[in-house]
Amino acid sequence: MPTEGVPAGTEPRQRSVWPLYEVFVRGKRGLNHVHVGSLHAADSEMALHHARDLYTRRNEGVSIWVVLATSIAASSPDEKDPFFAPSGDKVYRHPTFYSIPDDVPYI
Amino acid sequence: MTTDHDSAYDSLADEHGGDARWAFGTGFDDPLSGVDTAIPGGVEAADLAVYCLMLADDALVMSQRLTEWCTNAPELEEEVALANIGLDLLGQARLLLARAGAADPSIPQRLAADLPHEDALAYFRRAAEYRNVTLVEVDNGDFARSAVRLLAFSTWRLALLDRLTSSRDPVLAAVAAKGVKEVTYHRDYAARWVVRLGDGTDLSHDRVAAGLAATWPYVGELFVSSDVEQRLAAAGVGVDPAGLRAEFDDVMRQVLAAARLQHPAAESTVDIAGRSGRHTEALVSLLAEMQELARAHPEAIW
Repeated sequence: MPTEGVPAGTEPRQRSVWPLYEVFVRGKRGLNHVHVGSLHAADSEMALHHARDLYTRRNEGVSIWVVLATSIAASSPDEKDPFFAPSGDKVYRHPTFYSIPDDVPYI
Repeated sequence: MTTDHDSAYDSLADEHGGDARWAFGTGFDDPLSGVDTAIPGGVEAADLAVYCLMLADDALVMSQRLTEWCTNAPELEEEVALANIGLDLLGQARLLLARAGAADPSIPQRLAADLPHEDALAYFRRAAEYRNVTLVEVDNGDFARSAVRLLAFSTWRLALLDRLTSSRDPVLAAVAAKGVKEVTYHRDYAARWVVRLGDGTDLSHDRVAAGLAATWPYVGELFVSSDVEQRLAAAGVGVDPAGLRAEFDDVMRQVLAAARLQHPAAESTVDIAGRSGRHTEALVSLLAEMQELARAHPEAIW
């Protein structure tokens, strides 16, 4: 290993951890970007490349978004009931009274 | 229709009649589909076989070196990236070895008559029968040195494959067309790391500068053409590596400048080494590891 001339500290170096990114991939069919997983990267450009290698190596995607995990505001599990339960009994909000022709996809 | 549109992966299986071949990937094209496999006129079949071995061995040995980073890379993400690149090159090597075997079946038959040509050629040739350039066989060194080596290799191979897409041999042209797309990404990956390390901290700069100094002595050999390469190039089937130097230098100059690295002085003249079967000890140990299983269990399946 070519380490000649390279300073070697006596203390073990503190390894800094790359930040976490969340990855969203849009599949072939013009649908929405969908969350597929997360990865570590030093910056967003590297995150895009890592996402390409980790999540699209089997032809899954035509477009990738990455976003710092810390930039995502998420709803809290503690607030699950006030957030989501009120819609549970409001059947009139669902468009279930229409008949959908058989040849209309993605509904 | 019950497809779950929340999964980015679901739609893939549809395209293959529900045949979800995850382990093998999906939606792949066969690069040799519909390609005329006859040996083109004007070239000796034995020459074509040796030429295919040269290009195959470069990719195969480089692939094996990249594989050594598995479980050793500095980050999991880099490990997958390096393994992907290695697998791309392995794919190129398989097609080229198969082409070499088709052009001159006497070579694989002499080595291991019962095996597919590509396996016989990969696992049963000795180091002296390998035709790869020395650059790909030397040890990985640290991550920075590996990045420099990959940059030099993929810059050179991309220039080569780019020209090979107009080969008179339809198989070589098809393999090159597939390889150009892959190696373009390999070069981009390696260049990003060389720039990131060179233009990074003092420590990373020193490491990548040391890697460059260790790699550069093997660069000259890339542009020395053997008799076979010259004959194949004259016949419009191969590429004379001597003509790749300008493009290589131009790319390296740009990357090294962005990485704040000194362009190394011109290397001393080198003889043809790897192309004629003269190799370093490093290739012998690499092959010992790569070939061990196949030689111990020639028809093993896993």
